[in-house]
Amino acid sequence: MLNPQLVMYEEELRQIQAIADKLQQDSRSKTILLVDKNGQLVASAGNHRDLDTTSLSSLVAGNVAATGGIAKLLQEDEFAALFHEGKGISIHISLVGRRIILVVLFDKNTTQGLVRLRVRKACIDLTRIFDELAAKAAMPQENNPFDEITDEDIDNLFND
Amino acid sequence: MSFINYSSREINCKLVYYGPGLCGKTTNLQYIYDKTRPEAKGKMISLATETERTLFFDFLPLSLGEIRGFKTRFHLYTVPGQVFYDASRKLILKGVDGVCFVADSQAERMEANIESLDNLRLNLQEQGYELDKIPYVIQYNKRDLPSAVSVKELSEVCNPTGVPEFEGIAVTGVGVFDTLKALAKQVLAELRKGTS
Ligand SMILES: Nc1nc2c(ncn2[C@@H]2O[C@H](COP(=O)(O)OP(=O)(O)O)[C@@H](O)[C@H]2O)c(=O)[nH]1
Ligand SMILES: [Mg+2]
Repeated sequence: MLNPQLVMYEEELRQIQAIADKLQQDSRSKTILLVDKNGQLVASAGNHRDLDTTSLSSLVAGNVAATGGIAKLLQEDEFAALFHEGKGISIHISLVGRRIILVVLFDKNTTQGLVRLRVRKACIDLTRIFDELAAKAAMPQENNPFDEITDEDIDNLFND
Repeated sequence: MSFINYSSREINCKLVYYGPGLCGKTTNLQYIYDKTRPEAKGKMISLATETERTLFFDFLPLSLGEIRGFKTRFHLYTVPGQVFYDASRKLILKGVDGVCFVADSQAERMEANIESLDNLRLNLQEQGYELDKIPYVIQYNKRDLPSAVSVKELSEVCNPTGVPEFEGIAVTGVGVFDTLKALAKQVLAELRKGTS
């Protein structure tokens, strides 16, 4: 396959979660989401119980894709960050490497400046981990659990 | 490209419904949404114009159940069909795991079907995909309309490679789940060989 699959393992997720938790606290923001560019949620931190994170992830990815398309038309390299300011909640969106989108939701408890500062630091650590994951995913898997999938397994999914 | 989460034991896959404007892509998703148990679906999002034409995409997240201890999640997208939205269509195809081409059976839409199929092939190529190598099914929709062309003729024009094809009446749901299942099956089967 041309595009390597995104995979996530226990150990890496633990590290990513720790960075996201710390970012949420240090930036005094409400919620952190890590979303892959196809719109799938990878990790989250902070308060997100009242959020529809699935919808949010898809829309954020669409937003980043559209902005990337605009950048291309303007012959600009990808925009490094997006910022939407609301009355109550603001949102800061940036890229981690080329695959992952880092979303920070924050309110008047903090400032855009502080968020940006903390994001920059977290981004360096996250990039390292996602690079490692990409390298790991590119290596042939020894025991791929999906090798075992039978046609029957797949059929069973639809029997209800 | 699917996202396999070994930590939460989930597989996420992206399916895209493609086809000419007004062929019934949004209607397919709407029907799936309406007929799916609340706990198995998320919100359906439509980024549409004021006249309900798809502007950017429709999005519907579905959970189909577990396979070998992994939760399977499918993210269904539609593209805007009108010719001038090509830039948006390209974006939505990024990272696609499987494509459903929805053809409009009406005789007067044959040209539009062909144009959209060519456009699909081209846009996939730009992303480095080959239509003949990815999970792919076709639905001939609007079978209920008087001007519908025969399936044989549609098949000759739209399906030279003989991928799984289905007759549909998306407004009443005919063929909608058969189409989805066939595509989902291909995508899951791909996982088996995909990582090897
Ligand atoms: N008669 C008939 N109308 C259909 C069928 N499927 C969709 N439509 C109608 O065709 C129009 C366009 O459908 P829509 O799903 O918005 O098309 P899209 O542009 O491909 O998303 C709507 O008015 C639908 O109600 C069908 O199978 N039969
Ligand atoms: Mg539509």
